[in-house]
Amino acid sequence: MKFLHKYLRSLLLTLLVLSTFVMTGCDMFAEEEDEGADVLYVYSWGDYLSEDAIKQFEDETGIKVVLDEYDTNESMYPRIAEGAEAYDVLCPSDYMINKLIHNDLLQPLDFSQLPNARKNIGQDFFEQSKMFDREGKYSVPYCWGTVGIMYNTKMVQEPVDSWKILWDEKYKDNILMQDSARDAIMIPLRMLGYSMNTTNEAELQAARDLLIQQKPLVQAYGVDDIRDKLSSGEAALGVIFSGEAIKLMKSNPNLRFQPAPKEGTNVWIDSWVIPKNARHVENAHKFIDFMCRTDIAAANFEELGYSTPNTTVRDEVEEDLGEYVEVAFPPEEVYKGQESYSYLGEALDKLYTKLWLQVKVD
Amino acid sequence: MNERLSTQRFLALPFGLWSILFIVLPLFFVLWNGLKAEAGGFTLEHLQTVLQWEYLKALGLSVELALISTFICLVLAYPLCLILRERKKSRGLLVFVLFLLPLWMNSLLTTMAWQTILEKHGIVNMFLQAIGLPEVHIINTPLAIIIGMVYNFLPYMVLPLYVAINRIDASIIEAARDLGANHYQTLRRVLLPLSMPGIVSGSTMVFIPALTTFVISALLGGNKVLLVGNIIEQEFTAAYDWQLGSALSMVLMVFIILNILLEAFNDNGEQAKKGARP
Repeated sequence: MKFLHKYLRSLLLTLLVLSTFVMTGCDMFAEEEDEGADVLYVYSWGDYLSEDAIKQFEDETGIKVVLDEYDTNESMYPRIAEGAEAYDVLCPSDYMINKLIHNDLLQPLDFSQLPNARKNIGQDFFEQSKMFDREGKYSVPYCWGTVGIMYNTKMVQEPVDSWKILWDEKYKDNILMQDSARDAIMIPLRMLGYSMNTTNEAELQAARDLLIQQKPLVQAYGVDDIRDKLSSGEAALGVIFSGEAIKLMKSNPNLRFQPAPKEGTNVWIDSWVIPKNARHVENAHKFIDFMCRTDIAAANFEELGYSTPNTTVRDEVEEDLGEYVEVAFPPEEVYKGQESYSYLGEALDKLYTKLWLQVKVD
Repeated sequence: MNERLSTQRFLALPFGLWSILFIVLPLFFVLWNGLKAEAGGFTLEHLQTVLQWEYLKALGLSVELALISTFICLVLAYPLCLILRERKKSRGLLVFVLFLLPLWMNSLLTTMAWQTILEKHGIVNMFLQAIGLPEVHIINTPLAIIIGMVYNFLPYMVLPLYVAINRIDASIIEAARDLGANHYQTLRRVLLPLSMPGIVSGSTMVFIPALTTFVISALLGGNKVLLVGNIIEQEFTAAYDWQLGSALSMVLMVFIILNILLEAFNDNGEQAKKGARP
C-alpha cells in the first residue's frame, strides 16, 4: 500500500510539473506570435472564405490570418460583447451589425485605406446597408442575397410569384419553411403589407396567426435540411436563401427559383466590420480591401455561390455560369426597394422568440 | 488503518475532481443562470415565464411522449428478457448482443436512417406503393418521434431488465408451478414482483433521455412537434436567452430527480425486505 501511495504521488507530481510546463510553453508561444509576427484575427461564418484567397493574402502581405468560425449571428455576438477575445475583423449579417453599432461595439472604418471597396462595391449595396448602418461608416458588404421560394416544376405547374402559394391547400405536406423566427415572420408580414421591421405588436400577432393557419400544410421547419429535401424531391416548395439556389438547381434540374415574391422580401447583406477592441486595425483594413479585389471576390464567389456586391466580378465569372447568371447576379428589380432587417431591440427579440414558439407548439 | 484510509481518499481524488468540475459546477451554473436577475440579485421571474402555456404545453407533450415510449420499451423488452432467460447461454447472448447493437452506432446516424425510412418517399412508403397499398404519413408526427425514441432507448431497458430477470432463481418459478400456478399467475405473482428493480431502473433509463431529447424530435418531427428539449436548445442557441433556458432545465431536473427518488425508494424497499428475512 505504501508503495502504491508513493508511486501515485510521484506520478501526480510529474503530471503537475509537466502540465505547468506545457501551459507556460503555450503561453510563451502565443505571446511570441502576437508580438513578433504580423497577425490578423478573423471571425467569420463557417465556410465563408476561399482558403486559396486567405493563403494568397498571407503570401502577399506577410500577415498571418487566424480564422475562427461561427454558425449563427447569435453565437458570435456574446463573444464580441463580452470582449473575451479581441478579433480584428468580423462578418455579421445586417441586423446583427445594427445591434453591434447600437451597443457601441464597432469602430468606424477608414475608407481612405479601402480603395478597392470604394471602387468595386456597388453603390446600391452601400445604400441598402443604410437600413442597418445608418451613417454608412461601419461596414463593407461582402455577400448578399434574398429570401425566396424554390419550387419543383414537376409538382408545381403554375407560376410562382407570390408568398400566397405557401398557403395553398393543394401543396399540403409539400411545403418547407425556415425554422428561424425572423425569416418565418417576415413572410406573413409582407403578405399583410407590413414592414418586416415593424414594432407594432398587433401586426406581429396577425403575422403569427397566419403562420399558425399555415402550419397544417407545412411538411417541416428546417434550416440546412431544406436543401436536401428539395433536392431529393421530398417537397414541392421551400423557402431558401438565394445563395443556395444555383447549387440546388444543378443538383435537381426540375427546380426553379423565385428570388423575390411580389409582396416583397428580405434582402440580407453580410458585411465586413471591425470591432472596437481590435488590436490590428491596419491589418484589418488591408484584409477587407483585399477581399474587395476583383480576382479575390471572384475566387470567393466561385467557391461559395453567394451573390457578391462587387460589380467587377460579373465579367470574370459570367462564362462559367451560363443559364444561372440571372440567379447569381439578380437584376435591379429584384433587390431595389426591398427591406433589410434592422435590429429591433431586446424586448422585440423576446417577442419574436415567443411568437415563433407559439406557432411551433400549436 | 490510517494509511489505508488516506490511500483510498487519494484514489478517489480523480473521481472527486471529475464530479466537481463536470457535474457540480455545471449544475451550479444552471441554477445561477436560472435564478439570476438582470439587475443583480436573484429572482423567480424566469421560472414564472416557464409557467406560461407555450412552455407547459411543450413540457406536457414531452412527458406524454416519454411515458408512451417507456411503456412500449417495457412491453417489448420484458418478453424478450423472459425468452433470453430460457435460452441456452450462448444463443441467448447472440440475441442479447443484437439488441445492444444500436448502442454501438452513433444515435444521430440511426435517427437519420429512420428519417429516410419514414419519409414521404421513404422506404416504408416505397414498399407500400409497390404492393399497391396507400401511403402512410408518419414522418413529422409524434408517432415518428416515439418510434425514434423506442429504437434509440430500447437497449437501456433491455440491459437492467435482463440482469434482474436472469437473477431470479429457477427453483422459485418451479415451485410456483408445483403449487399449481398457471403461466399468467406465475408472471403476475412471481416474475413481475421479483423483476421490479429491473423494471424501475430500466424505465428510469429510458424515461430520462426520452424526456430531454431534442435531436430525435428535430429530425423525425421536422421541428413541427416541439419538445421541451428543443425549446431549451433554441433558447441557448438562437434566442440567446440563457436565463430562460436554464429555468426550463431546472424544471426538467425536477422531473429527473423525482424519477431517481422513485428508483432509490424502490431499492431501499428491496433492501429492507431482504434484511427483514430471517
